[in-house]
Amino acid sequence: MARAAVPGRLTWQSATVAATRAETATARTLILDVDGWTGHLPGQHIDVRLTAPDGYTAQRSYSISSAPGPDRLEVTVQVVTDGEVSPYLVEVAEPGDQLEIRGPLGGWFVRRPADPRPALLIGGGSGVAPLMSMVRAATSPTRLLYSTRSPSDALFTAELATAGAAADGLVAVRHVYTRVAPAGSPVPPRRLDADALARVVWPRDADSVAFVCGPTGFVETVADLLVGVGHDPANIRAERFGPTGG
Amino acid sequence: MAVITRGFGGRRRDDTDLPPGQYRTDDFPVLSAGPTPRISLDDWELAVVTETGERSTWSWAEFTALPADEPTVDIHCVTHWSKFGTSWRGVSLDTLLADVETAAEYVVAHSYGGYTTNIPIEDLLDGQAWVAYEFDGEPLVPVHGGPARLLVPHLYFWKSAKWLRTLELRLDDEPGFWETAGYHNYGDPWREQRYRAD
Repeated sequence: MARAAVPGRLTWQSATVAATRAETATARTLILDVDGWTGHLPGQHIDVRLTAPDGYTAQRSYSISSAPGPDRLEVTVQVVTDGEVSPYLVEVAEPGDQLEIRGPLGGWFVRRPADPRPALLIGGGSGVAPLMSMVRAATSPTRLLYSTRSPSDALFTAELATAGAAADGLVAVRHVYTRVAPAGSPVPPRRLDADALARVVWPRDADSVAFVCGPTGFVETVADLLVGVGHDPANIRAERFGPTGG
Repeated sequence: MAVITRGFGGRRRDDTDLPPGQYRTDDFPVLSAGPTPRISLDDWELAVVTETGERSTWSWAEFTALPADEPTVDIHCVTHWSKFGTSWRGVSLDTLLADVETAAEYVVAHSYGGYTTNIPIEDLLDGQAWVAYEFDGEPLVPVHGGPARLLVPHLYFWKSAKWLRTLELRLDDEPGFWETAGYHNYGDPWREQRYRAD
């Protein structure tokens, strides 16, 4: 007999890998079919649970990178060296494989579709994943500043180029490379600094909101720089990825 | 019926002290919702405010002159990591609340930067909770909640409010920041109370 659902309870749901998409040499997107999934708010995440044949389980959290929609969602996963769940998701899972998910989770690092404020999205490495959901669902002016070690480490490169060149001008995209610049680039590789931020930050009177996601050190640096260039700390939302062996 | 994930074996370790759904890390990851507040020790103050408005305060010098404990505890974050054997120095809540007259059943911790979290008062007494100001023998750095943070290791770590400023004693419960954003009101890792209604 099926157990009665507890109202408001987030239950585990079975998900089937519909397809996978390589994003870089060490990251890929999993497209998951989830019956009855009602969508999410851009920025939210899910918990993923894998169960081995002998019953051993492992859980991790992953940001949703797709735009909200029913019955299907995407997560984009970067392999963590010595990780337990990420190597399975990036290197092993195939279409037809099943896992469990629970969500959508998180009510703070979200950009609600009805929010008319312009947004500044700043991502470091795979921290761009929840920001990509915001870009894909953008209905108000959106600037993305994306920091990676090199062009080949950047996720969603082609789609971001298309989004940034769209005729409606809603989304602007700027890359920063910290180790290797593109061939022929007049700009040498460099870390994100106050100058780079000052060029993309919305004017102080624009009532904007900033979303910062990446490794802890990156988020700390960027959030401090944003406060330094005059951004209201109350309108800076941060999501930090630790090097947690996931 | 349980869903078996084909091709998944896991990299298990013999960690019998892990609550359900957690994995062990030897790093010290960071979870917070906004920029890290920087608080000068000259301006820092810890306050306890009772349900009748009685206010007790400690300056940094007064606070660090109180008798301190050096607990070594396991900590469990709702984002699935657990860290074993963390060493702290801090003042027990039993000490801070010893001379406070209250009938409160709940406490809301308020942080510099605006964060809040709610905890039943009985979970803060009897050697279960501290206001910590050293980690691993060093002053607690801002990114981990310095100058001082709440330490309530038997609950998920979001209850251990960073950058602690005020403990508000209340007769009624008042859900805090994550508790109103879909997370569990109590947060016992051993009962895996991560999200509302878990």
